[in-house]
Formats: sequence, C-alpha cells, structure tokens
Amino acid sequence: MEQPVKKGLDLNRRPMPKQAVEVRRRNFEEVALGYDSRLAMEEAARCIQCKKPGCVERCPVEVDIPAFIQAIAEGEFERGVRILKSKNSLPSVCGRVCPQEEQCEGGCALLKKAAQIAIGRLERFLGDWEAAQPDLMMPEIAPPTGKRVAVIGGGPAGLTVAGDLVKLGHQVTIFEALHKMGGVLVYGIPEFRLPKRIVEREVEYLRRLGVKMVVDYVVGKTRTVDSLLEEYDAVFVGSGAGLPWFSEMPGNNLNGVYSANEYLTRFNLMRGYSFPLVPTPVKEHVRVAVIGGGNVAMDCARTALRMGAETTVLYRRSREEMPARLEEIENAEEEGVIFRYLTLPTRCVGDERGWVKGLECIRMELGEPDASGRRSPVPLPGSEFFLPFDAVIHAIGNSPNPLIPQTTPGIEVGRKGNIIADPQTGKTTKPRVWAGGDVVTGAATVILAMGAARRAARSIHEYLTNPSEW
Amino acid sequence: MFTIFENRMIVPNVYQMTVHAPDVAQSALPGQFVIFRPEEDGERIPLTLADWDVQAGTVSVVYLNVGRSTAKLASSKAGQTLPTVVGPLGNAMEIDRYGAVLCVGGCYGIGSIYPIARALKAAGNTVVCVLEARSSFLLYWQEKLRAVSDQIVCLTRDGTSGKRGHIGSLAEIIRTLPMRIDRVILNGCNYLMMRGSQETLPLKIKTIVTLNTLMIDGTGMCGVCRVSVNSETKFACVHGPHFDGHQVDWAEVTQRRKAYLQEEVIPLRTTQPL
Ligand SMILES: Cc1cc2nc3c(=O)[nH]c(=O)nc-3n(C[C@H](O)[C@H](O)[C@H](O)COP(=O)(O)OP(=O)(O)OC[C@H]3O[C@@H](n4cnc5c(N)ncnc54)[C@H](O)[C@@H]3O)c2cc1C
Ligand SMILES: Cc1cc2nc3c(=O)[nH]c(=O)nc-3n(C[C@H](O)[C@H](O)[C@H](O)COP(=O)(O)OP(=O)(O)OC[C@H]3O[C@@H](n4cnc5c(N)ncnc54)[C@H](O)[C@@H]3O)c2cc1C
Ligand code: SF4
Ligand code: SF4
Ligand code: FES
Repeated sequence: MEQPVKKGLDLNRRPMPKQAVEVRRRNFEEVALGYDSRLAMEEAARCIQCKKPGCVERCPVEVDIPAFIQAIAEGEFERGVRILKSKNSLPSVCGRVCPQEEQCEGGCALLKKAAQIAIGRLERFLGDWEAAQPDLMMPEIAPPTGKRVAVIGGGPAGLTVAGDLVKLGHQVTIFEALHKMGGVLVYGIPEFRLPKRIVEREVEYLRRLGVKMVVDYVVGKTRTVDSLLEEYDAVFVGSGAGLPWFSEMPGNNLNGVYSANEYLTRFNLMRGYSFPLVPTPVKEHVRVAVIGGGNVAMDCARTALRMGAETTVLYRRSREEMPARLEEIENAEEEGVIFRYLTLPTRCVGDERGWVKGLECIRMELGEPDASGRRSPVPLPGSEFFLPFDAVIHAIGNSPNPLIPQTTPGIEVGRKGNIIADPQTGKTTKPRVWAGGDVVTGAATVILAMGAARRAARSIHEYLTNPSEW
Repeated sequence: MFTIFENRMIVPNVYQMTVHAPDVAQSALPGQFVIFRPEEDGERIPLTLADWDVQAGTVSVVYLNVGRSTAKLASSKAGQTLPTVVGPLGNAMEIDRYGAVLCVGGCYGIGSIYPIARALKAAGNTVVCVLEARSSFLLYWQEKLRAVSDQIVCLTRDGTSGKRGHIGSLAEIIRTLPMRIDRVILNGCNYLMMRGSQETLPLKIKTIVTLNTLMIDGTGMCGVCRVSVNSETKFACVHGPHFDGHQVDWAEVTQRRKAYLQEEVIPLRTTQPL
C-alpha cells in the first residue's frame, strides 16, 4: 500500500521539548513538557491524511487518527477533542504511555522515511488542551435507568467502564482497595512520566459525571462479589495484575531486595520521594540493580537514579528485545542508567546482617527464535561473575491477584490465575459478572485495558436494557 | 473517612481505639487485621482487630505507641476522622474444637487474643489465657478475657501480678497446668512469638503465631511482608498472618522487620515539626 509521496512532504518530525537531562535526573517532575499549539499544528500538518490509514488499524481502540490530526492542523482543537474522546476517554494518559511505536505510529505511512507522525504527542496535546479550558466539556447523560453497577478496581479498566455506563444513565459505584483511585496509573507509573494530577483530573471528571467512588474497600475481604450482586444488577471486575513475581533465585528475602510494586508504591502512592516530610520511609541506596526490561523496569531504574543511586538494568536478552517503550529506554539511557544486556542474575548475595551486597550473574547468548519469534537466551557455561549492589529490584512481571477468584464461586480462572472472559463482551463464566483489563489478559497496557472495558460496558448495557433476552 | 468513637490510653503507652467502619465490622473474623492511615499522606500500618460490634458498626484495635504513625494515632481524639481504615485483611485464625488451647498475649497481643479466645471458647474448647507483661501496671482486659476463658494466668517479670517470669517460662507454665494443652496461640511482638515457639517445640504442641512484618497494601500487591515458612516464601498479609511458629524462619523475620530502623528514627530524633 504505497502512499503517493506528496510534494513538499515534511519529514521533520517535531521533537518533544523535554527537561534538560542534567536537571531532570535529580527531580521527579515530568520529563516531557508537551507540544505547544504551534508545534502541534506544525506536526499535524505533516500528516498526509491517508485514505486507508495504517495508523488507525494499529490502534487497539481505533481512534480516528487522521480526523483528529486534521482538526489540530486547522486549529480546531475542540473538534479534535470530540473526535478523540469518542474512542478514547483518557487521551492525556494514553498520549503519554501508549507504546506508540508498536501501535499507531508503527502503522504510519511515513514510518519508512523515519518520519512517522507523532500521534501520541498530538493526542496528549489535545487531552492537555482540553484540561486547560475553563469549562469542562460535559457530555450528555442519558436519563436514569435505575440500574446499578458495581465496578471493582479504580484502574484504567474500571474508570472506563464507569464512565461509559454512567453516561448511559446507569448508577455506577467503583470499589477500590487502595486509598487512591487510578490503579497502576497512581501506584506504579512515576510522576516524571505521568503526573498524578492528570489522573486526579480524570477521576474528578468521572465524579462530576456522577460516578460514586469508594476507596479503602477490598472486594473479597470487606465484602464479596456475591454480596455485591445482591445489591447491584451487574458487577465488573477490573482488579488488574498486581501480584509481583520474584525470579527464582536464592537470597530474595534479604533486606534491600524489592518487588517493583513495593519500590514504586513507596515512591508514587506513598510519596516516598518527600520522606521524611511524609512518614512512609524509603532508603537511600548507592548502587541499585533492576532486573527486567519492560516499562516497569525503566520506571524503577529512573526512580532509583533520581534518588541518587548508580543504577543498572540487567536484562537477559539484548536491547532489541526489550519490551519497554522505546522513548523511555532512550530517556533512561540519556539520564545515565547503565544497561547490561545478556545478563541473568542467579543469586542475591547477602552480608552477615541480612542485607543484600550484590548479585551473582551469568552471561547469556541468544539462541534460535522461539515460538513467539523472540530469540531465547541461553546461559554461557563458566561465565559467572559478581556485581556489587546494595539494592535489587525485581521487575520481571506481575500476575492477577487471586483474592477475587478465590472468594467468588463460579468464576473460572486460567492457568496463570487470570479471569476467563469473552474477548468480545467481557462476560465471565459467572452470570451478571464481567471482567476486563490486566485481570483477564495478565499485565498488558493501558489502552488494551480500556478497550476491553469499553466492550464490556457495551455488553453490560445490553444486558441492563434488555435482561430478559439473556 | 472513618470517625473515631473512642481513643484512650488503657495502660502506659498502650491505647485502645474504636472507629466507625461498619463494612469492616460486618465481615470481621477473629485474627484478622485492618490497615489504618492516621493522616493524609500518612503511612499504612497494620493493626489486629481486637474487637468489633456489628450493631454499632465499629471496630476496635489495641496499639502500642512505638513510632511516628502510632504516635499520630495516639494523639487523635474522639470525633476526629481517619482517612483510611481498610479490612478485614489476612486470614482468620483457624478455629476448631481442639480440646484445650493456650492463648498467650503480650503487649498489644493481649488485645489481639481476645476475639480468638472468644471464638475458641464458643467452639467448645477449654481456653487458658496467659497474659505477659513487665509489670502488673501493664496488664489490661483481664475482665474481658476472663469472660471468654476458663483460666487466666498472669505472668510478670517482677512478679507483681500472678506468676513471676516471662515468655521463657512458658514450658514450665504448660507443665504445671492441670490439663493437657493441645494447641498454643501466641500473639505479641516477634520476640515473644519466637521465644514462645521455642518453648513449645520440645513439647510438640502445635503453635500458631501472628507475624508482625512490614506491610504496605496488605492485599498481596507489594511483597514487603515476605517471610520464609518451612523454607517457602509466603506473603504474611495474604497467606498469613498466622503461621506455624515452629516453621517460621525467625532470624529472617527479625531482620526484615528492622529494614527501616534508621529511617524510622529520623522523625523521632528531630525537633522540627514534620
Ligand atoms: C510500573 C508500570 C509501568 C507501566 N507502564 C506502562 C506504559 O508505559 N504504557 C502502558 O500502556 N502500560 C503500562 N503499564 C501497564 C498498565 O499500567 C496496565 O496494563 C493497566 O494499568 C491495566 O489496567 P487495569 O485497570 O486492568 O488494572 P490496574 O491499573 O492494575 O488497576 C486495578 C485496580 O484494582 C484495584 N484492586 C485490585 N484488587 C481489588 C479488590 N479485591 N477490591 C478492590 N479493588 C481492587 C487495585 O488496587 C488497582 O487500583 C505499566 C504498568 C506498571 C506496573
Ligand atoms: C498483621 C499485623 C498485625 C499487627 N497488629 C498490631 C496491633 O494490634 N497493635 C500494635 O500495636 N501493633 C500491631 N502491629 C505492628 C504495627 O503495625 C506497628 O507497630 C506499626 O506499624 C508501627 O508504626 P509506627 O510508624 O508507629 O512505628 P515505626 O516507626 O514503624 O516503628 C518504630 C520502631 O519501633 C519498632 N517496633 C515496631 N513495632 C513494634 C512493636 N510492636 N514492638 C516493639 N517495637 C516495635 C520498629 O521496628 C521501629 O524500630 C501489627 C503488625 C502486623 C503485621
Ligand atoms: S490510543 Fe494509543 S495507540 Fe491509539 S492513537 Fe492514541 S496513542 Fe495511539
Ligand atoms: S498518521 Fe500517518 S498513517 Fe495516519 S493518516 Fe497520518 S500519515 Fe497516514
Ligand atoms: S503487605 Fe504488600 S504484599 Fe503483603
């Protein structure tokens, strides 16, 4: 599908203004400052408005990308927001955290010329522009239906379901286990990548639409799903994948060894970067190891770096295989995070007081591509070596928390503890219970969680408006 | 927001607090805990449910003022609110008809064993409570505990109440009791639970402890509460907090509990308001 190259094609992808490296590596403020309207309009003008846009095909929620970009190019930001929000209710979030190089931008016709349109940055621009307007654009809300829906979990999935259903006139209550709404967006992803005020703003918007929110409420403990079903017509489970994995090696219970969740939660949810002004303690480490190569690993590494530690990411494959967003890998490299590829830690070594003092590692070699197409790493015998660290963070993955499946008879789970749900409707094996997001897919992405939530909301709405046909 | 109904010092440095949390009270079971956040931006601290009242919609905890967060709690007054009271978390204590059960409580554990003793008694067990303290003026809730047990043994280091001794005298106490003890439940600081477990090991009596680990979320999300039990890693908040005291790696529990010792002292040392 060759695109005709138009005359005057502008291949100059506008760079993202950022905090200078030397400044940002010592603060927790947002790294990327965002396009102003001039930069946004220039970047938008580069889009060649493909008839069969490859970008849209690659967006999990099929945002009408050429249309919103056109609106920006014409300076009609309000129209752009409307187009965007009809598919994606959290543009300020997705514009910042979507892995665009694999999704929308990966399908852009200009990619071949290394000049793909900065779709994510334009999306973020519109989201932020809307938030800066004095009057929030409030959507129309359908007349009350009298139906009640309980949503478990205040992450992207739960927020999306709640927003969609409240607009359709249903009464929605979100139950969140932690003391703040937002899920991974508040406890995991750091301030320097996604400022918490953006999440708060989206939560506040839903509150104004009439969504009720109950924090400090652990479904399965404070109250079971079955008991919620007595009071609500439908239940949506969006409880995420919050159970941390530790790579299997001796020494993981030494002091100074963290799960990524613990490390990030101390800093983000509990605001540990302000300790001792806030009471949740964090430790000052000198040399920090982060095991893993995804977004979570980048977030841990860049947090540790900002706390003044020399920080090394240990990844068992090579840079090309790293699953983290390219932009964040580059940011981490610029900031001075050290990367050791083809390295597998095999043991945490402790001192006599029970604190970690380093990692025993082995070098890896990339073998033949495996079923997933990725070349799988194999250890090189005899290449063992030791690296000194006073903190080790495991960022190798998470799986769904078993709390809800364990306390909900009739809900089927897969081998990895994920709730089984129909990908088209989100319906689980239990009547009147839907699920979506990481709890179904295992740790994935914000936009996939939102897409699943949107489909579930549609199915819940069908059920609520026509229960007899179910 | 959760309203404080009552907060008072019951013996020096030990407080009893009752808060309005009807959903927690409704689901509470003996041996479960709650997480309190004493202030906005505050730390999340686990405290055992010492009592609850479904009708009034309240839960009660007994806590020792040891650091920044418990000091903040101690300074709160009835009528004020707490931003977070979440629970009930953790597993309930296993309650069955065992025969004769010894419930040992020290410090805040005297409060923690109350609902357990009550449930064990209701299940038809003979319940003996051992209350351990440095001195008689640190003992509390004897009346409450007497009402749910068959016998109370006070154990003080200075002998000002009951027997003179400490947790290290547990085996001897068990030997002098008129009945055979089928199960021991230990609740208090980690030292008490470790030392008590050592005492019951040679007697081959099943011993359950309620581990006091660091915690953040209390739902299995962070893993800071990891402990080794029978050489397997467990999360105290979701797999526990009750474990077989003979299988716990106590050295590890003790070390991990101290991870933030230095940091926790900072706010206590400074004279600046934090
Ligand atoms: C550090 C980190 C960085 C990431 N970076 C990116 C990125 O750059 N781009 C990207 O697209 N994705 C990223 N992800 C993944 C993304 O955040 C998740 O895929 C997404 O948040 C999933 O949304 P969710 O709503 O399904 O679950 P979550 O965001 O996990 O939300 C689940 C919520 O449910 C609550 N909950 C759980 N159990 C209960 C219960 N029993 N009762 C009540 N509430 C409960 C939890 O407290 C939580 O708030 C990252 C993840 C992490 C951890
Ligand atoms: C499942 C569970 C149930 C618990 N139940 C109770 C309870 O019912 N009542 C209660 O008082 N506590 C209980 N704890 C302990 C309680 O959570 C801590 O005492 C509290 O977090 C201390 O917070 P802080 O900020 O005041 O002190 P920190 O600043 O965290 O600690 C100050 C110093 O005191 C030490 N310390 C902490 N706790 C104790 C202790 N109990 N005895 C002696 N030294 C200590 C710490 O190691 C630290 O050095 C429980 C813990 C768990 C895991
Ligand atoms: S939602 Fe994500 S994938 Fe879709 S257009 Fe926006 S940034 Fe791209
Ligand atoms: S963003 Fe790229 S693929 Fe999409 S319409 Fe514009 S030029 Fe075409
Ligand atoms: S307290 Fe976080 S997992 Fe147990």
